[in-house]
Amino acid sequence: MRRVSSGGVRPTPISDPPSRSRDLASLVEDWRPAASLERIRARADLLGRVRDFFAAAGVMEVETPILSRAAVTDPALASLRTSIEGPGGGRHLYLHTSPEFPMKRLVAAGSGPIYQICKVFRGGERGRRHHPEFSLLEWYRPGWDHWRLMDEVADLVRTILQRPHMSEERIGYRELFMRELDLDPWCADTETLRRAALDVGLADAGHLDLDRDGWLDLLLTHRLESGLGRGGMTFLHDYPPSQAALARIRPGEHPAGERFELYIEGIELANGFHELTDAEEQRRRFMADLEVRRELGLPEPPIDDAFLAALASGMPDCAGVALGLDRLLMIAVGGDHIDQVLTFPVERA
Amino acid sequence: MATYSTNEFKGGLKIMLDGDPYTIVENEFVKPGKGQAFNRVRVRNLKSGRVVEKTFKSGDTVEAADVHDTDMQYLYNDGEEWHFMHQETFEQMIANAPAVGEAAKWIKENDVCKVTLWNGSPLSVEPPNFVVLEITETDPGLKGDTSGGGGKPATLETGAVVRVPLFVQTGELIKVDTRTGEYVSRAKEA
Repeated sequence: MRRVSSGGVRPTPISDPPSRSRDLASLVEDWRPAASLERIRARADLLGRVRDFFAAAGVMEVETPILSRAAVTDPALASLRTSIEGPGGGRHLYLHTSPEFPMKRLVAAGSGPIYQICKVFRGGERGRRHHPEFSLLEWYRPGWDHWRLMDEVADLVRTILQRPHMSEERIGYRELFMRELDLDPWCADTETLRRAALDVGLADAGHLDLDRDGWLDLLLTHRLESGLGRGGMTFLHDYPPSQAALARIRPGEHPAGERFELYIEGIELANGFHELTDAEEQRRRFMADLEVRRELGLPEPPIDDAFLAALASGMPDCAGVALGLDRLLMIAVGGDHIDQVLTFPVERA
Repeated sequence: MATYSTNEFKGGLKIMLDGDPYTIVENEFVKPGKGQAFNRVRVRNLKSGRVVEKTFKSGDTVEAADVHDTDMQYLYNDGEEWHFMHQETFEQMIANAPAVGEAAKWIKENDVCKVTLWNGSPLSVEPPNFVVLEITETDPGLKGDTSGGGGKPATLETGAVVRVPLFVQTGELIKVDTRTGEYVSRAKEA
């Protein structure tokens, strides 16, 4: 495929035979950036405001490697893999899907609050809001919990978008499902969730082979997300334990993963955790992920022992969050396709 | 049997769903940051024309539909079905009423149409964008009125009824846009 049809691409004439000059013409079109120069400038302004924000907050900027010996185990994330020839080579290295593990190693080493702006890579993700490499802003706050970090995320967004009075609401995952779909995501079984999908007009999804979390993801992405963050910010928080990812789980009648997601205008923008710091529990979750990967026939990458060792050394209690800068820029400039804020999307990279 | 993965989904791709051929109108990739990825697609049933939404788990595969377009010359109607001929191979094919659909209102012998074939049989017929047809019946317009304002219905040789200006008369040839069903101009020979 020579081109994707995003905004501003002329239709390919189909009646004329291919010719050398036509090939050249399409090459000429491909060399141009997808984003307008105005939006390329808007990205530079956004990055400047992010750095100003953290400088004022006393958070240190850091860099960590993009390439790693180990990789994320989350079955929903696909790491790209490469290898190095020559000295220092001879083995596979993975491109990070987020800088989470090495940043936590820095926190464990006593860095204090840190942030990073970097490109991350995820296989199999391409669409209006997805691109296989994208810019992530990730930061860690030792001594904070996810509630306090939500406050800071909201401050940052208001600053970046220059909307000082932008509203903010917080709603629990369970509360949202109870309110909108009248079902309890903690105890509904797959058949109940499947029927709920049919009830809300997803009749064509009835045949899908999904587990409990798959059905919850379907209902969230197809029926609930678009209503979140309308006219302001919505923090969705306290996830089912099965979706805690790297968050600690708060015990109770409904044990909850202390995790949050930020939505603006229906777009998922950030994911944060009150971080799990228990090395043994973390190792169990890695092993459980690998078990799921084995069942699904997915690659089983090496787990990050250095990260586990950092947790075992006594990582401070902390909260951390990753925010998609391309999507934030889309919201800032009013775009509806990620290609509108990228210089060279992957098809013309 | 050819198949497509959801990773190959894009507008225009022809796939089989529940035994019917469909074309993808729009494909949207939907994925929570930590969770199941889906492809939400709008598809058009190539037999009924109906557009519906379908959801797939990303990575699932679907059967490809053997559907392609070919230019064919309309030969004649035998009273029930429409006969077409491929202009290079001279192969003849027969299309039934559901396949010909609205095109029946516009086509006459020797017109070259776009015929969509599914497993080698005509699935739908698209008439040329413009056709020249004779008016077989229309009310005489007011004498001396050449402004064209207002208009009147006119029946064409194929049975189609279009609105024409008042000055156009029975027996004349007119050019019609089949996409809109609107009169374009008077015409000389087809």
